[in-house]
Amino acid sequence: IIRLLFSKTYKLQERSDLTLKEKEELIEEWQPEPLVPPVPKDHPALNYNIVSGPPTHIITVNGKECINFASFNFLGLLNNEKVKSAAQASLKKYGVGTCGPRGFYGTFDVHLELEERLAKFMRTEEAIIYSYGFATIASAIPAYSKRGDIVFVDEAACFAIQKGLQASRSNIKLFKHNDMADLERLLKEQETEDQKNPRKARVTRRFIVVEGLYMNTGDICPLPELIKLKYKYKVRIFLEESLSFGVLGEHGRGITEHFGINIDDIDLISANMENSLASIGGFCCGRSFIIDHQRLSGQGYCFSASLPPLLAAAAIEALNIMEDNPDIFQTLRAKCERIHKALQGISGLKVVGESFSPALHLQLEESCGSRENDVKLLKRVVDYCMNSGIALTQARYLEKEEKSLPPPSIRVVITVEQTEQELDKAASLLKEAAQSVLN
Amino acid sequence: MLVAVLTYVGYGVLTLFGYLRDFMRQWKIEKCQNATEREEQKDFVPLYQDFENFYNRNLYMRIRDSWNRPICSVPGAKVDMMERVSHDYNWTFTYTGRVIKDIINMGSYNYLGFAQKTGACQEAAAKVLSQYGAGVCSTRQEMGNLDKHEELEKLVARFLGVESAMAYGMGFATNSMNIPALVGKGCLILSDELNHASLVLGARLSGATIRIFKHNNMQSLEKLLKDAIVHGQPRTRRPWKKILILVEGIYSMEGSIVRLPEVIALKKKYKSYLYLDEAHSIGALGPSGRGVVEYFGLNPEDVDVMMGTFTKSFGAAGGYIGGKKELIDYLRTYSHSAAYATSMSPPVVEQIITSVKCIMGEDGTTVGRARVQQLAENTRYFRRRLKEMGFIIYGNEDSLLLSLLMVPLKLITAFGREMLKRNIGVVVVGFPATPIIESRARFCLSAAHTKEMLDTVSVSSCLPSAHAC
Repeated sequence: IIRLLFSKTYKLQERSDLTLKEKEELIEEWQPEPLVPPVPKDHPALNYNIVSGPPTHIITVNGKECINFASFNFLGLLNNEKVKSAAQASLKKYGVGTCGPRGFYGTFDVHLELEERLAKFMRTEEAIIYSYGFATIASAIPAYSKRGDIVFVDEAACFAIQKGLQASRSNIKLFKHNDMADLERLLKEQETEDQKNPRKARVTRRFIVVEGLYMNTGDICPLPELIKLKYKYKVRIFLEESLSFGVLGEHGRGITEHFGINIDDIDLISANMENSLASIGGFCCGRSFIIDHQRLSGQGYCFSASLPPLLAAAAIEALNIMEDNPDIFQTLRAKCERIHKALQGISGLKVVGESFSPALHLQLEESCGSRENDVKLLKRVVDYCMNSGIALTQARYLEKEEKSLPPPSIRVVITVEQTEQELDKAASLLKEAAQSVLN
Repeated sequence: MLVAVLTYVGYGVLTLFGYLRDFMRQWKIEKCQNATEREEQKDFVPLYQDFENFYNRNLYMRIRDSWNRPICSVPGAKVDMMERVSHDYNWTFTYTGRVIKDIINMGSYNYLGFAQKTGACQEAAAKVLSQYGAGVCSTRQEMGNLDKHEELEKLVARFLGVESAMAYGMGFATNSMNIPALVGKGCLILSDELNHASLVLGARLSGATIRIFKHNNMQSLEKLLKDAIVHGQPRTRRPWKKILILVEGIYSMEGSIVRLPEVIALKKKYKSYLYLDEAHSIGALGPSGRGVVEYFGLNPEDVDVMMGTFTKSFGAAGGYIGGKKELIDYLRTYSHSAAYATSMSPPVVEQIITSVKCIMGEDGTTVGRARVQQLAENTRYFRRRLKEMGFIIYGNEDSLLLSLLMVPLKLITAFGREMLKRNIGVVVVGFPATPIIESRARFCLSAAHTKEMLDTVSVSSCLPSAHAC
């Protein structure tokens, strides 16, 4: 017996030691990859368009003056004099930066005021502000959903949501875009799993993450059916309203007003202020029970400097304008319908998006074969339009990182400031461009 | 030793009390004051585990008034704070409407005093605001690349001494979105023990293997490097694709400066890449404010990725990455923030441009240089004063973040409140951000502080600590 014990230890020792000389040789020989691979000079995303001057209704791109159909300035508040003067007043009072995170002398009275105004506008109990739109949803999801929880996400969710899910390390189940039957199937499967293991089911939280108006496809989610599913299967809903805040609904409160749903039925609404409110940053709103948790555990809130006060003041003034003029939403919707009709029937390009969505995509009806060639073709269409005075852009994605990559497309953005002649001009120009380039 | 034991005992007593109060709340003997779930959703799986919120409910709520203090003026050397009182032990706050004026501000990261409401920077920012507006409404790769952004990036590259640079809208996001673009699966990240949450998040999102070395400990780092290259990836034994070392210039909780010459020597010997996060050290260290690389007299081209933020020394918001042209070209194409996140706001960009020009001396005055020197003097003076008074101070001699060690738990809250009564605002940090027996008060120095202010602060900090002890 003693011999057996001794022989075992001898075997272990022999296995893993390398001599010092061998180690040094290995260190000499190892060659790492270069830090970054070289990028070809004509990569479409490398050469940015340079915009000189403010990115407002008339925009100077690469030296040419064009009408802006590419910035998400839906309510035209980027150049509004009242917003600018409110921001100037704040600049005179507070300077530019806040020099600290919210916990350490970075909370200004403008932040508190903006949070109160947003909560009152959306008719929820509380709101919380982040200083960067991307970080809003990417910090909100990991604050609630941890390892072991289950999240049901739409396939066409935007990149910020995908990063939030990745940071949360939860189990992610994708369902087909806007397909409630597919979602119900997944929920039923989850239910049968739960019945096998009820103890675990009692502690795993379940969430559905959807967007109000999808950035990648331009259509809206069927919220009433989602609410029914929520109560039937006991899942919580997180709604991302970056594009629909300030666009849908009678007063611009987003998709809940559009469908007439009680806002307390949605657990968390997150939106960024960079589209309709023409400021920078993002916010989440909901009941205090849910929002208060983010004040200690939202990473982008606790570990990052707060929003510069001039941008918060600009957002407050923009909210004032939205509340005082509720008819701009109707005007915006009318313009969207008009251009949606005008863009139908272009040979070679199809319109993707709802008729009242202010951010449409134009995709190629038939692909050329490879994504690269599609991108090049669309670039020629965009260049043709830019040379004739309409500024457009292609929708940019990170090809390797997206979970479900949308096909290449041109993004068309409709704002309240565009006149009807300009809309018609844009539509006819696109028809011409498509004719000349694609045929 | 005795103090450490007492601290543990103190926490133990608080935990017992916590359990007792939870018990009373459950049996409705004590009123439950925090928000609760909706009636319709009571049979859903609970959103928060009971234990997660235990610390929150019982310990944090009692001392909550030391944080999130709202201010209503420029965060300069003196600041005005809104007065708030709580009638129910910090569960809710009401604002009395009065303003406490002229509190000496030792908590804001206003290192070079650029948080001002008058002056060249503010005027330039006002002009740009009236010309460009406040927002941008588009991403860098689409229609959001203004000529101002190009100007800023060239200027930052010149300031740092690197080939080119790229700027982003948020410092936290700069780290969490660019580290995944640089490294991926099959790479190794060696990160310091006390790295900031943004670096940790970026490293986790990238999918690479993470190994942690002891804080500023070069032997630990060398051992990890050797083991990594010799043994390769954990189970397959394949060689690593890249090794990236993540360090910070100044660590915000400790106040210690990284040992840059030794890290660079190790990096060259083992052929790895260095990512330096200069959030707190840019503009604050070095004779002309160019950061920790200048402080040690090293060549900026030795550091592969130089990252920093504009929030602290430049009085604005945002972050940047500087390095070789291939690196920046790659980031322009593949960074998550360039493709999906809105670009920086124009007045903020203008503030950075003016403040960088001021520090470099290009606006024709010597104000920038004077500020950097003033900051260094303030640091040395304040440290000497506090040491003379017998406090335990963490951190390097030249680092402008001082951490005063305060072990007993109640001392940090008493210190914070007493200092506020004497019109001085400090930052106190406790359990989750620091180890349990090492809570501290932190002073952030600024070039805008005068000698009298520093004297007042050091004298006043004696009294409360004597009081509370």
